[in-house]
Amino acid sequence: MRALLRRDLRLALRTGGGAGLGLAFFLIVVMLIPFGIGPDTALLARVAPGVLWVAALLACLLSLDRLFQADAEDGSLDILALSPLPLEGVVLIKALAHWLTTGLPLVLAAPVLAIALNLPESGYLWLIASLAAGTPALSALGAFAASLTVGLRRGGLLLSLLVLPLYIPTLIFGARCASLAANGNDALPAFLILAGLSLGTLAVTPFAAAAALRSQLR
Amino acid sequence: MSFWEFANPARFMRLSGRVLPWVAGATILCLSAGLVWGFFLTPDAAQFGSTVKIIYIHVPSAFLAINIYFMMFVTSLIWLIRRHHVSALAAKAAAPIGAAMTLVALITGALWGQPMWGTWWVWDPRLTSFLIMFVFYLGYLALWAAIEEPDKAADLTSILALVGSLFAVLSRYAVNFWNQGLHQGASLSMDREENVSDIFWQPLVLSIIGFFALFILLLLIGTRTEIRSRRLRALQMQEAV
Amino acid sequence: MWPDLGKYTDTILGAYGAAIVVLAALIIVYLRRNARIRRALAAAEARKAAR
Repeated sequence: MRALLRRDLRLALRTGGGAGLGLAFFLIVVMLIPFGIGPDTALLARVAPGVLWVAALLACLLSLDRLFQADAEDGSLDILALSPLPLEGVVLIKALAHWLTTGLPLVLAAPVLAIALNLPESGYLWLIASLAAGTPALSALGAFAASLTVGLRRGGLLLSLLVLPLYIPTLIFGARCASLAANGNDALPAFLILAGLSLGTLAVTPFAAAAALRSQLR
Repeated sequence: MSFWEFANPARFMRLSGRVLPWVAGATILCLSAGLVWGFFLTPDAAQFGSTVKIIYIHVPSAFLAINIYFMMFVTSLIWLIRRHHVSALAAKAAAPIGAAMTLVALITGALWGQPMWGTWWVWDPRLTSFLIMFVFYLGYLALWAAIEEPDKAADLTSILALVGSLFAVLSRYAVNFWNQGLHQGASLSMDREENVSDIFWQPLVLSIIGFFALFILLLLIGTRTEIRSRRLRALQMQEAV
Repeated sequence: MWPDLGKYTDTILGAYGAAIVVLAALIIVYLRRNARIRRALAAAEARKAAR
């Protein structure tokens, strides 16, 4: 299992600029916001938690369509399906690799970018916490959507259409947690719901994704 | 004769063919009666004025939008467990109907809210949930369209329907949390229990029955088309050999 | 017989109109697809019978 993880991490980091691409995208999107809504610092501070969450969510999408693609193309997916490792485990490992190379860097970069949007002091800790709790769910759901669109031309577009509605609950609670903290309110309840949601997602999606992959390989 | 007898495509075609004219008749009858009664023969409501007339379209379409999604959940599950093709094809045929009903619910819901709230769109929990459901429908339809192999398409869209249903329910609660307290009491949903007056209730029930009949009618037509389409594909593959 | 819709005339007629358009389009699409596939299937069956 660890070998698979290492292999996937190496692959993810090597192809498509690895962690850098997601981060660069994150930076650019956050940078566009003031151009779009004006440089009024009070307004930016108000929208900062939500904007950072949406930007992180979109940055996660970037490397998703390649998640199973390379393995499907060269036949390694068939081999993985036949290995003693359950397919659900394979999905979880791939989602973990995605999170380590995309989600985690976003979590670390977010507070830095939050400075550009004038996020109030009280918001930083919970911003990091909410992203840390929520991004694994984004990777897991992304893996599920990727399992549905393996091998399709323009699969990336369809993948986005499929996965973004699934992101909505995580986004709502994650952004809410960060905003409540930024406004000085108690963010713990929202955080707990977010954490529960993420755990539930991590529990359910590997089974759905594995079922989809089995159908793909038939 | 158990319910599973309908799973046989040939039997389904025979039965649905016999039932079809009756369903069509019921649709035309109930739909026109309900809407005509509601539109022309009912008074204005105290709270909503004449806009109450929109409920004869909004409530049935919203009711069906949700129930069709639930039906797709059930038929998808049946496909995954028992591999009855009629089930998978019924889900495929139901989806555009559900999407259309959701669209109608959204448009009528927004228009109904406009006089009360002064804007063409509000992020009311109910409307927002329907918007999310509409996007779910679109994704489901897009996936069916994207995959060539029929059985694989049935598998993947069924899994999507299951996961989608779960997240649709989750989204409903999340959206309530997201927008809580804003429009409580003035929510667009007229719960059937709140509807005290028979004057509105009776034509509404008739409209709901009419919409439901329309759904069954289009579902039968659509499923029959899909079954024929599957047979056509099989013949075309034989010819290509 | 036509009810007085008052200031809400546009909204109500708009709602009914939009609903009728969407549902009519749905029905038409279903009926046309049904007819098209029926024709194609009959042609394919005929070709098969002829072979």
